[in-house]
Amino acid sequence: MFESLSDRLSDVFGRLTKKGALTDSDVAEAMREVRLALLEADVALPVVKEFVAAVKEKAIGQDVVRSVTPGQMVVKIVHDHLVEVLGGGGNTDIDLNAPAPVPIMMVGLQGSGKTTTTGKIAYRLTHRDKKKVLMASLDTRRPAAQEQLKVLGEQANVPTLPIIAGQGPVDIARRAMTAAKLQGYDVVILDTAGRLHVDEALMQEIEAVKREANPHEVMLVADSLTGQDAVTVAQQFHERIGLTGIALTRVDGDGRGGAALSMRAVTGVPLKLMGLGEKLEALEVFHADRIANRILGMGDIVSLVEKAAETIDQQEAEKMAAKLAKGKFDLDDLSQQLKQMRKMGGMQGMLAMLPGVAKMKDQLAKANIDDKAIKRQEAIISSMTPKERKNPQIIQAKRKIRIAKGSGTTVQDVNKLLKQHQQMADMMKRMAKLGKKGMMRGGLGALFGGGGGMPPGGFGGPGGGFPPGGLGGPGGGFPPGGLK
Amino acid sequence: MSDFDPALEAPTDETGEKKSGWLGRLKKGLSRSSSSLGQSISGLFKKRKLDDETLDELEEALIRADLGVDVAVHVREALTKGRFGKEVTDEEVKSVLAEEVAKILKYSEKPLVVDASRKPHVILMVGVNGTGKTTTIGKLASRFKAQGLKVMLAAGDTFRAAAIEQLAVWGERSGVPVITRPQGSDAAGLAFDALDQAKREGYDVLLIDTAGRLQNKEGLMSELTKIIRVMKKLDPEAPHDTVIVLDATTGQNAVNQVDVFERVAKITGVIMTKLDGTARGGVLVAVAKKYWMPIHAIGVGEGIEDFQDFNAEAFAKALAGVAEGVVS
Repeated sequence: MFESLSDRLSDVFGRLTKKGALTDSDVAEAMREVRLALLEADVALPVVKEFVAAVKEKAIGQDVVRSVTPGQMVVKIVHDHLVEVLGGGGNTDIDLNAPAPVPIMMVGLQGSGKTTTTGKIAYRLTHRDKKKVLMASLDTRRPAAQEQLKVLGEQANVPTLPIIAGQGPVDIARRAMTAAKLQGYDVVILDTAGRLHVDEALMQEIEAVKREANPHEVMLVADSLTGQDAVTVAQQFHERIGLTGIALTRVDGDGRGGAALSMRAVTGVPLKLMGLGEKLEALEVFHADRIANRILGMGDIVSLVEKAAETIDQQEAEKMAAKLAKGKFDLDDLSQQLKQMRKMGGMQGMLAMLPGVAKMKDQLAKANIDDKAIKRQEAIISSMTPKERKNPQIIQAKRKIRIAKGSGTTVQDVNKLLKQHQQMADMMKRMAKLGKKGMMRGGLGALFGGGGGMPPGGFGGPGGGFPPGGLGGPGGGFPPGGLK
Repeated sequence: MSDFDPALEAPTDETGEKKSGWLGRLKKGLSRSSSSLGQSISGLFKKRKLDDETLDELEEALIRADLGVDVAVHVREALTKGRFGKEVTDEEVKSVLAEEVAKILKYSEKPLVVDASRKPHVILMVGVNGTGKTTTIGKLASRFKAQGLKVMLAAGDTFRAAAIEQLAVWGERSGVPVITRPQGSDAAGLAFDALDQAKREGYDVLLIDTAGRLQNKEGLMSELTKIIRVMKKLDPEAPHDTVIVLDATTGQNAVNQVDVFERVAKITGVIMTKLDGTARGGVLVAVAKKYWMPIHAIGVGEGIEDFQDFNAEAFAKALAGVAEGVVS
């Protein structure tokens, strides 16, 4: 649904053939696109304005490096500045440099993910840094909130402060600090109730908690899907209670994450952590680079690679790599690949992470090439006998009819699959011939190009050979290629 | 329960006050957003020429309310028609803005109504994490109960720690049975059993909670289709309503959320929560423009009475900051 900034800028600069320094008017035109891209990524308007002004100044008069287009040059300038702004602010991990027990206070709006993030931080500090951590829930408002932290504590193997019904947040904070001192804890994490920054009573309450516990870190937990309001929220929390860090949650969603830039820019508070999933381990230090790519709609290759590494069975991949090296690619291999693709979130999921494919994604949706097709193809293959899968050439008319019946498809579907498999097998053979030097030199580019399915043209028409054909590229290329 | 409970403590104003109360609360909830949007427009149009610069600023005001670039451009065009270069007042601009927004939202105005003849009318709540599904179910439960319906809840969020307990508390508050399973159980199985029991015992409405899930998580999304699939075995029509809960603080990603949940679970309506903050919820307009999706209700506070049927005109006016009657 979003065009990437680079696509847009290449449109703007398409008319420009000259190279050399970027002029005022080039830059002005490009900045309009930059502005739109940022706004679509939910970066707050005042921040966008400031950002664009800063980038403009940097860009004007900049020499365009040979071999890149002016558009690419501007993208680079924007990207670098974005990384600079996002990554500034120094320390990007939890700071525990204070006398034990070090109190950490978690604050934020309702539903931003405070309790989950509390559990994740505790898990990380306990198991990675070998700290003795105590968690305490100060949320006496939402039903079962204290219960939630207790359960998380059990899962993470981190102790929680026993719940005493009827106690207020300030009392709980005091009790947590006392217990931590007496029992020799290194860190105390105080999970507070979700509150609106405009709710006066609750803001006073949190100020009181802060006075009581005197936290060394005050983390704002903020949803990366937040819209324009992110500035207001961050600013008001910061003004009222003084933040020391921001933890961005739901970074594993498909949001563009503009809120990160907004909050960083208006408060100056460093972005420290990001939550990337529901599991307790799914917490990482903030990567400015990755968020910058997302904001600019340049895809998130790192995520794709990580996801692939996470879901693709290493042994299977190695087995397949060995086979592919010999130029062999039978229907069992195809079925494996289809399965792994589905595990990686299907075609839609994978494509969303590839840079510059956002546009094609729409076409793909229109062409009705969806993940159901993958499933259907898996069904066709599983209706074949092992012998047929090893030797597809023996599949003649009668066998085809049987397979079609068995998989609930038609003979045409079976034919289509066989043809696509044939194309892929041919490609694999060619690759094997190219050998090691070819693989190294051409890399993925050779695979994509060679596959013939990946170029935009291939996406257009329905049944344009894309599903297995084109994805033979990434599917076949990743495991043996570079993913470890 | 020692918990502070806004739902119970808030006065239930059944008498007379209804209209002004509702408008007042919407106004209260939206006032921060509306006044800031209204103010930025007022600042712009104290009798000034409608030129490109002015229009740019208007567009920005709209974007700042999370309406999204698309809708902002659309409204800008509507406003330009026949007025370009003329002197305009801020009131005029606001009312055109409200009109345009209301036009987009008008077809989406559709309250969530239970058809008691279905026995039970099944409502499935879906959405990403932390938007307020469980709280919304709690509020709906008391509302339906007050309408004299026989209500059952199913704690289908078997994933998040203590989500089941959270719904159980809501059930206790409104005196409604809650079907639960231990954490980690199969949500589809729970939904099936709940529907089976609701059918046998003649319940009017069954509200099913689900775990929050990000729309780009394939595995979790297919779990959702499974929940729907197994319910159809008992009642081919179920779920009769599949409602997505959106958080007003969410930006343009809400459009994506609706898009994917619609494809996977056939969304039949939207409820927007957390409009009592400074978030403007303008993305609701973007959603309505793109999908013509019914919008059932909005939440403008934590109390049960802060949960109200969606009213396109009131929402549009509040968003644009138009003064009218009670909304002063």
